[in-house]
Amino acid sequence: MRREIGDGEDERQKFVMASINQNGASISLPNFCNLGAMLRSLLLVNAIGLVFALARADQLNMLWREFLSVATFLEPALLASMVVLCTARPFLKRLSYHSGLLVIALTVLLISTLIHKMGQRLLGDDMPYGLIHIWILSLLTTGVLLTYFELRARALSPALTEARLQALQARIRPHFLFNSLNTVLSFIRSEPKRAELALQDMAELFRVLMADNRQLTTLENELELCRQYLRLEQLRLGERLQVVWHTDKMPGNALIPPLLLQPLLENAVYHGVEPATFTGEVVINIYRHHDQVIIVLRNPYHRENSHHTGNKMAMNNIRERLALHFDAEASLKTQSLNDVYQVTITMPYVSQEK
Amino acid sequence: MANLPPRILIVDDESPARNRLKDLLDDCRPDFPFELLGEASNGREAVGMINQVGADIVLLDIRMPIMDGLETARHLQKLQHPPAIVFTTALDSHALEAFELNAVDYLLKPVRLERLLTALKKAMSNRRLSPAALNIVASQVRSHLSVTERDRVTLVPVADICYMRAELKYVTLKTLQREYLLEESLVNLEKEFSASFLRIHRSCLVARKFVSGFEKIVDKGSDPHWVVLLKDLPEKLPVSRRQSHVVKEF
Repeated sequence: MRREIGDGEDERQKFVMASINQNGASISLPNFCNLGAMLRSLLLVNAIGLVFALARADQLNMLWREFLSVATFLEPALLASMVVLCTARPFLKRLSYHSGLLVIALTVLLISTLIHKMGQRLLGDDMPYGLIHIWILSLLTTGVLLTYFELRARALSPALTEARLQALQARIRPHFLFNSLNTVLSFIRSEPKRAELALQDMAELFRVLMADNRQLTTLENELELCRQYLRLEQLRLGERLQVVWHTDKMPGNALIPPLLLQPLLENAVYHGVEPATFTGEVVINIYRHHDQVIIVLRNPYHRENSHHTGNKMAMNNIRERLALHFDAEASLKTQSLNDVYQVTITMPYVSQEK
Repeated sequence: MANLPPRILIVDDESPARNRLKDLLDDCRPDFPFELLGEASNGREAVGMINQVGADIVLLDIRMPIMDGLETARHLQKLQHPPAIVFTTALDSHALEAFELNAVDYLLKPVRLERLLTALKKAMSNRRLSPAALNIVASQVRSHLSVTERDRVTLVPVADICYMRAELKYVTLKTLQREYLLEESLVNLEKEFSASFLRIHRSCLVARKFVSGFEKIVDKGSDPHWVVLLKDLPEKLPVSRRQSHVVKEF
C-alpha cells in the first residue's frame, strides 16, 4: 500500500519535472529594447556596483567614492551593451537560448575591454582597476542580470502568464447578450433583413469572445469587432447612441491584445449612453505618435448614477493585460472632466511583420 | 366594470424591447383579452400616463434613465388603486433572488409567450404588490419623491428640492416653484439623502447645492446664531446651535 503511494508520487514528480523542462525550453532571451528590461537592468547593475563598492571600502565614508568609481565604469558599459544587444536583437532571436547567453557574455566582455582601454587612455595610470578586475566584474554582473531575467521569465511565463491571461480574458456583460437577443427577436417579424444582419454580427462577435484570446491581434481586426458590437448597440438604443470615429491615421497593422477596445466601448455605452434619454456621443480616436499607438475614448459622464466598481474592474483587467503583453511600455489612464469621461491608452507600436 | 378588459402599459427605454412586448401581447390576446394603453420610455413618463388614464397592469423595465423601474413601482403604490406590476429585465443577477423571496413578479428578457401569459393572469388575480416586499427589492436612493394629490402621484425630482422641513405630521418640500407636503419622516429622509442634503436644524435638511453661504445674526436679547443663505430664494434658514459645526465643515 505504501509503495503504491510512493510510486504514484514518483510519477507525479516526473510529470512536474517534464513540464518544467518544457517550459524551460521556451524561455527566450530578455528583450533589451524593452523599457522595462532597461530599467530593471539599470537598477540591478547599480545594486551590484554598490555591493562591489562596499566590499572595497575600508570605511563607510569611502563608500561613496568607491561607488562612484565603479559606476563610472559600469554605467557606460551597461548602456553600450544595451544599445549593441538591442541592435543585434534580430540576430540574437535566431540563436538558441544557450548560444544567445554566450554571445551576450562575449559582447559584454568586448565592450568592457574597450571601455577599459578608453579609461586608460583618459586617466593613464590613475585607472583604479586592472583588466582582469574589469572582466570579473562584468561577467559577474552579466551573470546576475541574466539569471534574474531567466527567473523572472520563468515566474511570468509561459504557464503562469498564460493562466493569468486566460483568467483575464475579457468577459462580456451577460445583459448585453440577452438585450441583443431581445432586440433581434423584435425585428424578426417587422424587418427580417435587419434581424439577419444583426444575428450575423452577433455570431462573429461571440466567435471572438469565446475564442482563445491570448495571442495578439491587429488593430484593424479589433476595430472591425468594435464596429460589429456598436452596430448591435445602435440597433437597440437607436438615436441615443452616436459614434464618432477618428481612425484615418490609425496604423491598422499594429498588434494589440484582443478585446482591448471592445470592453471599453461596452463601458462607454453602459455608463455613458444608457443612463440618459438624450443622445450620447462616443468618440474613438486612434493614431500613431512616433513609436507609440495612442487610443483615446470619450463618452458622456453621469455623476448621479455611475457604478464605479464594475468600471474599475474592467479597467484593472485591461491594465493588467497590457502589462503582461508590453510591461512598463503601455499605460491606461482615465479622467473625468466636467461631463466627459476619457480613457487614454498608450502602447508601443509593434507591427505584424516584425 | 368587471367585464372590461384589463388595460396594459408597456414601460421600457428601448423601442425594440417595447415592440417585442407588443408582438407578444398580441399573441396573448386570444387567451387574455386586454386593452393596450400605450408605451412609456422611462418611469417618469409612465407615472404621468398612469395619472391621466390609469392602468391595470404595468410591464415595467428595471434599468431605465431618469427613473428606474423599481423606484417607479414604489411611487405607484401611493395610488388608491395601484396597478399590478410585472418587472421585465435582461439582468439575471443576485438582485433577482430578492424578487423570488418576496414574491415580486418579473420576466426575464427575452420574454417567452407562456411566461408572459402566466404573469398576466397572475397579475389579474393577485393585484396588490406588498409595499414591504417592494421596499426590500427597491432599496436604493430615490431620484424623485412623490406626493399624492387628488389620487394622482406628483413626482418631485430630488435635484429640484431646496430644503425639506419637518412640520407636525408632514415634511414640507420646497422647490423654487412651490411647496409639497410629504408623509415621511425627516430622519429617514436624512439617512437616504445624506450625500446631497445637510442637516442644519432638528427639523430641517437643506440641499448642499442650494446653499450660497452662511450669515451670523446678532439680535438684541438673544444669542448670536447662524443662518443659511439660499441660491435663488430670499429665505434664510436658521442653523441650530447643536448643528453650528456644519458652518465650518461646509
